[in-house]
Amino acid sequence: MSWVLNKLADLGKTVIEKLLHLGYAMRMFWAMLLQFKVWFTRTRLVTRQIHFLGNYSLVIMVVSAAFIGAVLALQAYYALSKVGSEAATGVMVTLSLIRELSPVVVAILFAGRAGTSMTAEIGLMKSGEQLAAMEMMGVDPIEREYAPRFWAGGLVVPMLTMIFSLVGVYGGYLVAVRWLGVDAGVFWNMIHENVNVGHDIFRGSFVKSVVFGLAVSFIAVYEGAQARPTPEGVAKATTRTVVKSSLLVLALDFVLTALMFSPQN
Amino acid sequence: MINLEHVSFRYPHSAPIVRDVGLSVNKGQVVAVMGPSGCGKTTLLRIVAGLLQPYEGRVQLFGQVIPYEQATKLRELRTKMGMLFQFGALFTDMSVFDNVAFPLRETTQLNERQINECVMQKLTAVGLADAAQKMPAEISGGMARRVALARAIAQNPQIMLFDEPFTGLDPIAMDTIASLIREQTDALNAASIVVSHDVQETFSISDYIYVMHQSGIVAHGTPSELTHHTDPFIRRFIHGREDTLVHGGHV
Repeated sequence: MSWVLNKLADLGKTVIEKLLHLGYAMRMFWAMLLQFKVWFTRTRLVTRQIHFLGNYSLVIMVVSAAFIGAVLALQAYYALSKVGSEAATGVMVTLSLIRELSPVVVAILFAGRAGTSMTAEIGLMKSGEQLAAMEMMGVDPIEREYAPRFWAGGLVVPMLTMIFSLVGVYGGYLVAVRWLGVDAGVFWNMIHENVNVGHDIFRGSFVKSVVFGLAVSFIAVYEGAQARPTPEGVAKATTRTVVKSSLLVLALDFVLTALMFSPQN
Repeated sequence: MINLEHVSFRYPHSAPIVRDVGLSVNKGQVVAVMGPSGCGKTTLLRIVAGLLQPYEGRVQLFGQVIPYEQATKLRELRTKMGMLFQFGALFTDMSVFDNVAFPLRETTQLNERQINECVMQKLTAVGLADAAQKMPAEISGGMARRVALARAIAQNPQIMLFDEPFTGLDPIAMDTIASLIREQTDALNAASIVVSHDVQETFSISDYIYVMHQSGIVAHGTPSELTHHTDPFIRRFIHGREDTLVHGGHV
């Protein structure tokens, strides 16, 4: 009997701890949302983060986009040529990229490339007592350190997503048109005819990427702030950033797709 | 200026780290909290700084209870406090000058000329005016501690907290830091708390000393009173004498 009670007590303790963490995370998320003013009051810090997170992620995004676009074109051509519709290769590549792959892949790559560095930076600041020192000087770390990263991530991911889509489509063009012989005019014309700016680009790409960018940046900052102040603690926090961000992006992608593109809508 | 009454602290599901501690510090006083490693000194300092909230007891600064739940008020209160962290906690991506200027740029309306003047004055006070443009990675541990001290006093605080200011320093640097703590406390007429286990340097600058052991205060008095204390633990801690070693509960 006591064994059962102990197990129940352990379960209760775990649930309470998880709820406390969730509550703390929600409070922090809200606090960072309220710090939207950093765009105006901390412009230099936000700009620095945009440069750090965006510019340094550019190479990995461009290279990945080129290969993903090329592979998509190959697969699309292979499948569509069976039913004599290889002319639609371009539009299939473009819609796949814009509506699904670009926002998701960019967010996951961003978590690995920039999210981990955000977590490590904040985690090391915590272990070096720099955040506590800031508090002691009367400076709010949420406003000075967390919010600029959070909001910069919310801008950088959509920008990278746009670049990713453009490069991906061009990668698809190289394979479909230059290699496999699809007519260039047909390739571009079908894209022009079938891609809707409001529906596909704004809702499919932009809205998703803003949500993903904010979600990944929040997790990165939160994990850094929650990291145990030891080398091992920071290492674990960076790992958690990648795992949680990737899973959250995939889950959010399903929710947003269902909300925006389900047949009932 | 600083008043603690029956303060206790523990992390959830663990034993108390600070138990029923009371102390007070007046203007112009350097009060030391001493004791062996792990006795709760740093936790106590963090409680005074408002970084940790006690689960029992009351902490008053400037005659008011620390407003733990009101972030803005707490931040306001902290602009009148300065804290020297154990390893300096300098911002590694900023120069020495920018580190000292940081609290002034963030919390005051001073213009760059006034900030420049103030920073150079503080750096001169700690003897590091020449190192203003260096990065923290380019200076020694002792210099870093002095830069951190300059930063801690940049806002002319009325309460100063020093967490193990002598740890890892050579005797000359230790002496320099000790003199600076005393001088700055006197110059600003501040209330200072020094947490340390370095007996010689701490005794030389303190007006009053509290000795902690196993989470609580076991003795207090002026340096001379503690030097002549008869308790075996205190004697051993202060003098490090073999004849006061405790064996099986007997001295």
